[in-house]
Amino acid sequence: MINYILKRLAVAVPTLLLLIIISFLLMHAAPGGPFTQERQLPAAVLANLEAKYGLDQPLWRQLLSYVWGIVAHFDFGPSFIYKDRTVNEIIAQGFPVTLTYGTVSFVIAILVGVSLGIAAAIRHNTWLDYLAVGVSIGAQVLPNFVMAPLLLLTFTWWLRWLPGGGWEHGRWEYMVMPVIALSTSYMASIARLTRASMLEVLTSNHIRTARAKGLPERKVILRHALKPALLPVLSYLGPAFVAMVTGSVVVDFFFSTGGIGRSFVDSALNRDYAVMLGITILVGALTIFFNLVVDILYGWIDPKIRY
Amino acid sequence: MALLEITDLSVAFDTQEGVVNAVNGVTLALDRGRTLGIVGESGSGKSQIAFSVMGLLAKNGRATGSVRFDGREILNARPAVINPIRAQKIAMVFQDPMTSLNPYMRISDQMAEVLVHHKGIGKSEAVAEAVRMLDAVKIPDAAGRIRLYPHEFSGGMRQRVMIAMSLLCRPDLLIADEPTTALDVTVQAQIMTLLGELQRDFGMATVLITHDLGVIAGFCEEVLVLYGGQVMETSPTDPLFESPAHPYTRGLLAAIPRVDQEGEELDAIPGSPPNMTRAPKGCPFAPRCAFAGEDCLDHLAPLSEFSPGRFRACNRSLEEIA
Repeated sequence: MINYILKRLAVAVPTLLLLIIISFLLMHAAPGGPFTQERQLPAAVLANLEAKYGLDQPLWRQLLSYVWGIVAHFDFGPSFIYKDRTVNEIIAQGFPVTLTYGTVSFVIAILVGVSLGIAAAIRHNTWLDYLAVGVSIGAQVLPNFVMAPLLLLTFTWWLRWLPGGGWEHGRWEYMVMPVIALSTSYMASIARLTRASMLEVLTSNHIRTARAKGLPERKVILRHALKPALLPVLSYLGPAFVAMVTGSVVVDFFFSTGGIGRSFVDSALNRDYAVMLGITILVGALTIFFNLVVDILYGWIDPKIRY
Repeated sequence: MALLEITDLSVAFDTQEGVVNAVNGVTLALDRGRTLGIVGESGSGKSQIAFSVMGLLAKNGRATGSVRFDGREILNARPAVINPIRAQKIAMVFQDPMTSLNPYMRISDQMAEVLVHHKGIGKSEAVAEAVRMLDAVKIPDAAGRIRLYPHEFSGGMRQRVMIAMSLLCRPDLLIADEPTTALDVTVQAQIMTLLGELQRDFGMATVLITHDLGVIAGFCEEVLVLYGGQVMETSPTDPLFESPAHPYTRGLLAAIPRVDQEGEELDAIPGSPPNMTRAPKGCPFAPRCAFAGEDCLDHLAPLSEFSPGRFRACNRSLEEIA
């Protein structure tokens, strides 16, 4: 087990390196740069700026010094746009915000999604099933950039219950709408996955055995059907968790939460190479880590899987 | 009063191809401690009879008629009625031991939960009893191996575990649904020997469902021959083998390979099993029967006793098929 984890972590290093190289090259392959503006800067100013940020160096040298900065000092470099801020600062400021509302959304999406899915499967082809499936499909097809303004209209404009934006160190009234906007579609996916896999598990032979034991249906579901039914859901949860805690540009935009979802998109539009790479690496590292967590959980649920 | 009394049981399934009439008016009775074999080919409805008794029919299945256990109607019974009977009074061993055990739970947990639930005893006491039962089905080192998961057992060992699990509450009736079909031949013999010993030791009534007349011969006191969801013949075992009274039973017996007739071709029954989506009319075996006439396609004579304890459903008389 320990060996397996170490092996996976060792593989993560070249994976991340590859991610850095590819993103770096793609970024630079796109025409233009951080200092390209509608009104051309004077050539001397531009040359000065490029020299300051090392953009006059050959690409491989820029790449090397970037990677060296990360390995040696854990320094992701300065922002190319915000003159006095480093990438470390931008992530340190924005990531706790997305991590908070992302984790809350994740927990709620699982709790509601799994319960809804199980309820729909147990009451297969009844009004409860149709309702759950209907709600899931509705939640999945309603994009969050439609939902977010609708939430704002309802709770801030008409009902005047919730503040229209801001974060205030994650006070609950600032968190409600971001969490609803972010978790709904994930919740719907989890509900549909859970329902489908629970329906399949309920027809399997070992469930028939459990019923033949005279156990009440509640025990059959909770003790015998839940674990196998959650296996396919689990593999969805790893990437979903990463996507949720690294934030959503829509949430950050509509609710002014100040998370890194917004920073990521802004950096791409501004050609802020360093911020873009920094957040890419963060997402990559989290993805690798949580896929590992999912695989370990698999081994815990399914005794046939041994590492 | 018989322990199990099934009267005019029919089971139909709603499928996309239409209604499948799996069981059509089966009547049987079984006394305490007795052994009954239900024999028939795949799709003859024999497993669905067992599932109807246990209340385990698939959701699209509908059962009508009557199943009385110990005088009490249990067909389509509510969970509050059927759950205390399951495992405690009627236990079942399933066909496929590879998938019938929960792959995600230790054997100890799967067995102990039966006793904890029905007898209300503690977990450790239940595990100790489970170990004793695993000893009874001759699983070596039961105390150590009860901690394992199903995939760590061979097929034959898993079926022993299933049998041990079914006997935990000392049921009055054991239904074994093709308990050896998924196992290889040498293991089949071991399991049948074991079942025979346990049946004698525990004295429970047993219904053995199989497509193999050879298995019935060594185990059951009575036989019920099922075809197309209908009873063709029912009889004590020995007379059935000596003088089968139904053309289908004769076909089945002729199709058993014999070691003393080397090199001869097997007498297979011509044709194939009936399409069960058609409404039951006439004798289901008529299209494959050498003695069938026009009348057989139209109606089938009801079961009648032609000698003490022996019943047959056939339009032709015994002399006509002699």
